Amino acid sequence: MSENTRLVENATCTFCGCVCDDMDLTVDLDARRITKAKNACVLGRAWFSEHTVEDRPFALIEGKPATTEEGVEAAAQILAKARFPIIYGLSDTTCEAQRQAVAIGDMIRGTVDTTTSVCHGPSGIAFQGVGESTATLGEIKNRADLVVYWGGNPAESHPRHFTRYAVTPKGMYVPNGKKDRTVVLVDVRRTPSAPVADIFVQVKPGKDFEVLWTLRALVKGRRVDPSVEECTGVPLTTLEDLAQRMKSCRYGVLFFGMGLTMTRGRHFNSGAVLALATDLNQYTHFVAKPVRGHGNVTGADNVVSWQTGYPFGVNFSRGYPRFNPGEFTTVDALARGDTDAALIIASDPASNFPRAAVEHLRCIPVIALDPKPSDTTQLARVAFTTATYGINTGGTVYRMDDVPVTLRPAFESPYPSDEQILTAIKERVAELLAEKSASARKVA
Amino acid sequence: MILIPGRSNKQGTSLNAGKLKDEYRTVTSTVEVNADDMARLKLKDGDRVRLRSAHGETVVQCKSRKAADLPAGVLFIAYGPPSSQLMGHDTAGSGMPLSKHIEVEVEPVSVASPV
Repeated sequence: MSENTRLVENATCTFCGCVCDDMDLTVDLDARRITKAKNACVLGRAWFSEHTVEDRPFALIEGKPATTEEGVEAAAQILAKARFPIIYGLSDTTCEAQRQAVAIGDMIRGTVDTTTSVCHGPSGIAFQGVGESTATLGEIKNRADLVVYWGGNPAESHPRHFTRYAVTPKGMYVPNGKKDRTVVLVDVRRTPSAPVADIFVQVKPGKDFEVLWTLRALVKGRRVDPSVEECTGVPLTTLEDLAQRMKSCRYGVLFFGMGLTMTRGRHFNSGAVLALATDLNQYTHFVAKPVRGHGNVTGADNVVSWQTGYPFGVNFSRGYPRFNPGEFTTVDALARGDTDAALIIASDPASNFPRAAVEHLRCIPVIALDPKPSDTTQLARVAFTTATYGINTGGTVYRMDDVPVTLRPAFESPYPSDEQILTAIKERVAELLAEKSASARKVA
Repeated sequence: MILIPGRSNKQGTSLNAGKLKDEYRTVTSTVEVNADDMARLKLKDGDRVRLRSAHGETVVQCKSRKAADLPAGVLFIAYGPPSSQLMGHDTAGSGMPLSKHIEVEVEPVSVASPV
C-alpha cells in the first residue's frame, strides 16, 4: 500500500438495499483502490475491495475498442431508429442517472423497466391493491418489539439488517436490544438466518399464502381446522401462538423477501402480508416492509414513480406513460420478441433471465453500461465501461425504507458515470429525432 | 424435487470479483442436496447431476446439507446462469417469472457422460 492514502468517513455502501452509511474507508490513492472498509459486512468488504479501476476500453462497439464518444453515437443511432426499445436495469446506479434514463425512454417512446419487475415487482402490484402500512428502519429500530422475517435470508443477503436496524440495536423503546425483541423467521428451509430467530416456522414450499391467510383468520378470531398442518407443514398451535404474539406486541414489523414474490402466488403473497399488517392495526401498531436487494432499487421505484406515475414496466409508445406488468415488463417483452433494441444499465439480464428472453436479447442491438464485464456486456453491440456508483461517483440513492442518502465517493475513476453517458446519449438522440422530424416535414 | 435458487454469502462476494470469473461460476454451479436424498441417489459431494425442469436443463455439482437445514426433496442453488436455464418465461401477467420452487428432475451424471 502506498503512503498516499485518504480516509473517507461516513461513506455509503451501495451493494445492498441496507445502504449502510457509516463506512470508514481507507483509500490507496496511487493504486486507486479501497484497502479497508471499517464497519462493512462481508458483502460490503467485497464490494469495496473488488471495485478498483480495471484496465478496460472505455467502450466496445461490436467487440472492438472505441471511445466513449463513439459509443454514445452508436448507442444514439440504435435508440433513435428503434420502434419498440426497452430501457432496463437501473437498480445499481444513482437517482440522477435513473432520471436521465426515464427522459430517454420518454423521448424515444420506449419502455422503461427496472430490476424491480423481477424482484419486488409483485409487491409493487400489491401496494396498489392493498396499500402499505409502512415505517422507516429508524422507527423500527427504536420501537419494534416483534420482528418477523418472511421468505428471506438476511444473514446472507443483507448481513447488517439484524445488527444495524432490526434485531440487536438498542432503541428508544427497546433499550435492551435483542432482549426486548422477539424475532420470528418464516421460511421453507433452515437458513443461516435461523439462529438469530427466537421462533423458526418452517413452511412447505409454495404454501406461504395459505399460512398468511390462516394467520389473518386467527387474528380475527375465526376457527381454523387443524388440518391446516397437513397443507402447510405448520401446526395450528404454532400459528395460534404467532397470531397471539402479533396481536399483543407493542409494535410489530413484517419484513418480507423474494421467497414470497418469486413463487407461485407472487403479488397475492405480498398482498397477504400487507393485508395481515393492516388487520393487525386493529389491535396494535404493525408495519410491513419488503427487504430490497440492490443498492438503489428503491431509488429506481421512486424516480420512475415520480417521473411517470408508475414504479416499473412503464411504456411511452402513445406519448404518455402506461403501466401494465406482463406487457411492459422486460422478461415478457423480450420473450414475446416485441423488443427491437435494449438499453441495459447496471444489470445483467443475459445471466439472470429465462432462456427465451436471453435468446431474443441476442437477436437485437443491445447497449450495456456496467463497471465490470458480464454476460450482458459480452452480447451487447455497444458496451460502456462506467465508474462505480458510490465508490467513484456521488449522487443520491434510496435505502430500502425510501430514505434518500447522499453518496460520498472514495476516489476518481477515469471512466464516466452512468449519468454522464446517459445524458450524452439523451442529447444526441434528441438531435437525431429532431433531424428525423425535420426531414419528415420536408417530405410532407 | 423442488429447487430453490437464492442468495448466498459466497455468491455475493464472488459476483463483486466478477461474474465471468471462475469463483462465481463455481458458486452458482453447486446445488445443495439433503443428505438423505444424496444417499438415496448414491451421490457424494462434488458429483455432477443434471437438473431438468419443464423449461430447460443444466449440469451442476452437488454438495450435501444435513436434513435439519434442508428438507428432503428440496434443493438449494445460488442464483446464477445455471438456475436461469431452468426458469420458464411465463410471468402470468405479473412481470415476474417463477424463479423459486422450480420442479426439477435430478439425474446423476457419470464422468464419461456428455454435459
